[in-house]
Amino acid sequence: MFDILIIGAGGAGLSAALRAKERGAKVAVVTKSYPTRSQTSMAQGGINAVFDSSKTKDHIKETLKSSCSLGDEEMISKMCKNAKDALKWLDCMGVPFSRTADGKIAQRKLGGAKDPRACYSQDYTGLKILHTLFDKALKEDIQILNEKFLLNFIVSDNVIEGAVFLDIKEMKIETVYAKSIIVATGGYAHLYHGFSTNSSHATGDALAAVMRAGGKLSNLEFIQFHPTALKKSSILISESARGAGGYLLNQNKERFVDELKTRDEVSRAVFEEIEKGNEVFLDIRHLGEEFIDENLPQERKLALFYEGVDPVNDLIPIKPAAHYTMGGIAVNKNLESSIKGLFAVGECSEAMIHGGNRLGGNSLLELIVFAKEAVENALLFAKQRGDFKPLNKEQQQKDENFKETLYRLSNQIDFYEKREMIGKILYQNCGVFREDINLKAALSYIRQTQKELPFMGIGDKSRVYNSNFVEFVEFGNMLELAEALLVAAISRRESRGAHYRIDFPTSHESYKARSIIWKKDGVICGDFIKVGDEV
Amino acid sequence: MKFRIKRYFEKKESIKEYDIPLKDPTLLEALQYIKMKTDPSLTFSSGCRSEICGSCAVRVNGKEKLSCGYKLKNGDFVEALNHATVIKDLVVDTEKPLNTLKSSSASLKEFKKCSMTLEDEKKIEKQSDCILCTSCFSVCPVLEIDGEFLGPFSLSRVYRYVNDKREGDIKEKIDTVQKKGIWDCTLCGECTAVCPQGIDPKNDILMLRVKSSEFGYSDPNFISGGFGDFGGFNPDF
Repeated sequence: MFDILIIGAGGAGLSAALRAKERGAKVAVVTKSYPTRSQTSMAQGGINAVFDSSKTKDHIKETLKSSCSLGDEEMISKMCKNAKDALKWLDCMGVPFSRTADGKIAQRKLGGAKDPRACYSQDYTGLKILHTLFDKALKEDIQILNEKFLLNFIVSDNVIEGAVFLDIKEMKIETVYAKSIIVATGGYAHLYHGFSTNSSHATGDALAAVMRAGGKLSNLEFIQFHPTALKKSSILISESARGAGGYLLNQNKERFVDELKTRDEVSRAVFEEIEKGNEVFLDIRHLGEEFIDENLPQERKLALFYEGVDPVNDLIPIKPAAHYTMGGIAVNKNLESSIKGLFAVGECSEAMIHGGNRLGGNSLLELIVFAKEAVENALLFAKQRGDFKPLNKEQQQKDENFKETLYRLSNQIDFYEKREMIGKILYQNCGVFREDINLKAALSYIRQTQKELPFMGIGDKSRVYNSNFVEFVEFGNMLELAEALLVAAISRRESRGAHYRIDFPTSHESYKARSIIWKKDGVICGDFIKVGDEV
Repeated sequence: MKFRIKRYFEKKESIKEYDIPLKDPTLLEALQYIKMKTDPSLTFSSGCRSEICGSCAVRVNGKEKLSCGYKLKNGDFVEALNHATVIKDLVVDTEKPLNTLKSSSASLKEFKKCSMTLEDEKKIEKQSDCILCTSCFSVCPVLEIDGEFLGPFSLSRVYRYVNDKREGDIKEKIDTVQKKGIWDCTLCGECTAVCPQGIDPKNDILMLRVKSSEFGYSDPNFISGGFGDFGGFNPDF
């Protein structure tokens, strides 16, 4: 039996696997795709680390400030103080960080930071960290199970026993028992289908599974929107375009916001313009072709290819898009969820770090530092537990039945159309601006759609690599999570960080708390708890 | 716009033509359109939509392309990658190509503490841009004949670690690429031509050959079937 089963093989999952191996644990990693195809590959900006320890306090202070009182000082301090070691670990593994002329790891300044502290590898920071972790994982002979989709956790008396997966290649149900599980499955920004910069895999499957298993989620309403995604494709145009002096204009060539404000403020200004019926553009023409080719070659390439405009001569049409989800599986300070033995790390986890708003460069740092932490705690749990006889033996059969039921559904209503609709509704009603009446309208649409699920289904009935089936299960998870997200957004009757309520435009002391969502007998329940309190 | 896809399901191949009403779509957008609107059984892989996750490589008119990074043209013919088992339609089993990374030991073996300069980092910048889309593996003609060949992306990755100033054991890497590795490559450059990241595996393999000679290795083909066969250079000539 595995000491630790890790679900998700991006930056967080692979880091956890390597740490577990270092500690001599029996470990395996499961992913619904392949490790190097994960969302981590898309992280561009950098990974924060302060090398001069006298300045660590600034990193802590700024992260706390950005969290809008929803970050926990102890957790943030732990992350920031361990940053130097995390970077050393990556450097020893061979991550090709960009260097300064005098042979040090180069650092740049990202939004909200006083000092340059983001270590980077050109614009490929996430890609290069991820691939180096992957190389190391192969070297360490870590067992990686590719293309296995998490269906449900196996829980007995609120203690984790394992998980049930669908093997996508053979469409078979498989059960894996483990003494502890670390979830590292990434975020849920793809709920905003058509309005997200994320990979189409970011559907929050594990979060929905945690909820079905009786576990708790937190701060789901905090979603970071990036102000400059391409209008047609939602593909990200990096912040560096504004950092380098790019303007935001409407079709009358008017600037309407200070472009260097925080992502949420700029996103709101852009959305307001669009709501007025204006078109919004990013303008970098004045920077000149030479500068653009030297400093923003990637942005030029993306605009040309996906939007059909050349930023050297043309304006780039943009819109805000869902980019990072601050909320996730509610964990305690030891990264354990409300289900004993189930830990969470990375974007899928709400570890009281980012709170209301994430600082650039902190997400990669979080997953490296807390992967180690989660492994230590999971291992302690596994050791104390020892080998055990699973008590919950029904889950595999339940999921077999679930699978066969899905194959038999009538497929009268097209779920792909519904998926598009839900993306649009969430973007409009639970996007950068929110209001009670609109959130409730969205919630009732989601609940109606849930009722229609038995009339949806799959058109492809094959028993080999059925991606139609997988996308339908993902859609079910998206619906389940969208309901939870909306309930959280309705409950927080204030504005804080990325959660902006038109009807409650200011912050309130009483909401200086984590919103907690769980399901009891199929009904969504909500509450608020003090940051740092046990979930 | 009309184009054709080679479908594969339960050991049967078929070629289907599709007509889609999209304007200037990427191939991925076209595939998604078909899946959502007309045929949900069409199977392909995708992820980031912006050429970084390496999921969606296929062959278009015989050339390897990322579906999300290719604009569809009228009459195009789309099929799965070569040199990997096709599972269904455009999805191949990527485990075999990825396993070459294991046998070639493409990772940092022994960390050596050193000061890495701007120039040192530049030496491994391009090779570490690889997204593991396996396009180069698909196009490589050596793999057509010898399925055991390590293939271009693994060898480029070995070179990336050989060239990493922090690597303390270069010899082990050089050792692992001798068999079914650098000397089996024909230097045709097809891999270089298809790489969406502009990596040049052919050149990396050449550089590994140079490096190998520093460790006392030489071209095994050269000795057995090379100049020796036609008598070598005649000193009396």
